[in-house]
Amino acid sequence: MPATLDYFRAIPVVETIGGDRTMVLNMGPQHPSTHGVLRLVVEIDGETVVRIRPDIGYLHTGIEKTCEAKFYQQVIPMTDRIDYLAPMANNLAYVLAVEKLLGLEVPPRAMWIRLMLSELTRISSHLVWLGTHAMDIGAMTVFLYCFREREEILKMYEMVAGQRMMTSYFRVGGLSMNLPLGFLDYLKNFTNYFPARIEQYSDLLTSNPIWMVRTKGVAKISKEDAMELMLTGPTARASGIDWDLRRDMPYGGYENLEFKVPLATEGDVYARYMVRMEELRQSLGMVKQAMANLPDGPIKADAPKIVLPDREKMKTQMESLIHHFKIVTEGFNVPEGEVYQGIESPRGEMGYYVVSDGTAKPYRVHMRAPSFANLNAIGPMCEGNLLADVVAAIGSIDIILGDVDR
Amino acid sequence: MPEGSEATPLPGAPSAPAPSAAPAAAAAPAAPAKPAPVPWDGPLAAELRAQFGAAIVNAASYLGQNYLIVTGKSALEVVTALRQKGFTTLTDITAVHYPKDELPFEMVWILHDMAANQRIRVKARYAEGERVASLTDLWLAANWLEREVYDMFGIVFSDHPDLRRILMPDEWTGHPLRKDYGTSQQDQDWVRKNLGIESGQ
Repeated sequence: MPATLDYFRAIPVVETIGGDRTMVLNMGPQHPSTHGVLRLVVEIDGETVVRIRPDIGYLHTGIEKTCEAKFYQQVIPMTDRIDYLAPMANNLAYVLAVEKLLGLEVPPRAMWIRLMLSELTRISSHLVWLGTHAMDIGAMTVFLYCFREREEILKMYEMVAGQRMMTSYFRVGGLSMNLPLGFLDYLKNFTNYFPARIEQYSDLLTSNPIWMVRTKGVAKISKEDAMELMLTGPTARASGIDWDLRRDMPYGGYENLEFKVPLATEGDVYARYMVRMEELRQSLGMVKQAMANLPDGPIKADAPKIVLPDREKMKTQMESLIHHFKIVTEGFNVPEGEVYQGIESPRGEMGYYVVSDGTAKPYRVHMRAPSFANLNAIGPMCEGNLLADVVAAIGSIDIILGDVDR
Repeated sequence: MPEGSEATPLPGAPSAPAPSAAPAAAAAPAAPAKPAPVPWDGPLAAELRAQFGAAIVNAASYLGQNYLIVTGKSALEVVTALRQKGFTTLTDITAVHYPKDELPFEMVWILHDMAANQRIRVKARYAEGERVASLTDLWLAANWLEREVYDMFGIVFSDHPDLRRILMPDEWTGHPLRKDYGTSQQDQDWVRKNLGIESGQ
C-alpha cells in the first residue's frame, strides 16, 4: 500500500495535525466551486494544504430507500435525480439491470437510440464539467460557450422526452416514445457544427499559458493510488488505468460501435482535461455512428405484461387496456434474483445492484456511484498543494453531489 | 475466461425453466419463466474450494455473473485470497437486510479483475450485532463504503479506522435501509432539535 495514502488511516476528527502552525478553513457547503453542497474541512499551513476532510451527505435524499417502495418502472424517475447532469446514463444502467433480471431484449431501434442519447449525455455532461471547471480557474468565456452547446442538447432532450433535465426517457423494455419528427435533422445539424466548437474550446485552453500553469502537475495522483482508491472513468484513465466498460465489458450494444479510449499517464488536472476533451470527440463520433445505423422498427420489446401498450392500441383493444391497467396499478413481477449492472457514465463506473424477491417492487436497489468513489481522491490529490489548487482538483474529478449522496 | 465476462448474455442453461429453490413469494401470480443460478465450476472456483473447503458455502453463476457465498467468519480470508489471485479492484461494498432470516444481514462485496476482465461477487450472512471484518487494510476505498453500510444498516466493522456515519447526521438514531425502518420515518427528536420543527416531521 502506498505510504502517501496514509490519509485514511488515523483520522483525527476534531484536532488539527499541525498544532499551532495550522488553521482550519471551512470550505462549503455553499461554496460555488464545490459544484453542489460539498463541505471540505481544509487544514492549511499558510497557503499549503495539510489535510482535507470531505464532509458529505448534505444532498442525501434516501433514494435507495425510496426505490424499495416503488414499482420497478417508478424507480426510473429516481435514477434521473442521482446524477442530474447525466440522467440518461443512469436510466440506462437501471433499465439494463432490470432487463437482465427479466431476460428481456430490446429491439434494435431502441438499442441504437439509447446508445445515441447516452453518448449525447456524455457530451452534455462533459460540457458542464468543462465550463464550470474552466470558470473555477478563471476562464469565464469557456463557460458561456459550453453552455451554449449544452443548451442545444437540452433542447434535444426536450424533443425526445418532454423534459430538459429529468428525462426518464428509457423504459424497461425500450423507450417511452419514438423520436419526434425533425429530431434527427436537428441532431445532424448539431453534429455538423459541434466538431468546430470543440476545437474552439480547445483553442481557448489547451495551450493557454495561464491554464497550463494552473493545471499541469497540479493535483497529481499515481496509477497505484488510483487503483487503491478505486477511481474509475476519465479520472482513472488520466492516471493510466486503461479501463472503460464500454469497451471492456460492453453493455447495451456498445460492441457495435467503434471508438478509441483516450488515455494519459500524467495523472494531473491537465491530463484529466485532455482525456475528457478527447472523449468529447469520440462521443460525437459514436453519436454519428448511431445515427447512421439507426434502423426503423418498434421501440418497445414485445412483452405486453411488462411494457405499456401504445396509446392507440390501449384505446382500441380490450386486452391492451387490461395490460395497461395492470401494469400501471400493480406493476410487473420480476423473477427472484439479483444482478449487478455497471455502465460507463460520464464520471466513471455507475453500477446498479438490483435484488428482486419476485414481486413488483425491488427488494433492494444499490447504486455504485462514481462520484462517491472518485471524491475519495480529493485528499491524496490536494495535500501538499496550494489552497487555490483545491478548486482545480475538485473541478477535475467532476463530481456530482447528487451522485455522491444519493 | 468465458464464465467471468458479463458481456456474454445468459450463458448456457437459462432457457430451461428450473424449479426455484426457495418457496415462491406467495402473491406472485404467473411469475415469468426465470433462469436459475447454475453451479459455477471454473478453475478459480475449484481452486477456492480446495483452499477454503467448507468456508465456501456455494459457488454459482446467475445471468452470467459469478458469485460466491461464504461463511461470515471467512469472508476476509476469501477476499484477501481473491485479491492475491488478481481481483485487485474493489468495485463496491453493500448489504441487504432480510429481517425474517436467522442471519439477517447479507454483505456483498463486488471485486473485479482487470487483467482477466472478470467480476465476482462475494456474499456472506451475518447475525444482528455481529462484527464484520473490515477491508480497509486491503483497499483504502473500503473506508467510505463501509461507513455507508454502517450508516445505513448499523453493521459494525471491526478494525475500521474511522467508523462514523457518512451520509446521515452524526447524532441520528436508526439505520434507514433496514427493512423495519419506515419510508417516512424520521428521527423526530433530531428534527425538532436541529431544524426547529415542532411536529418533528
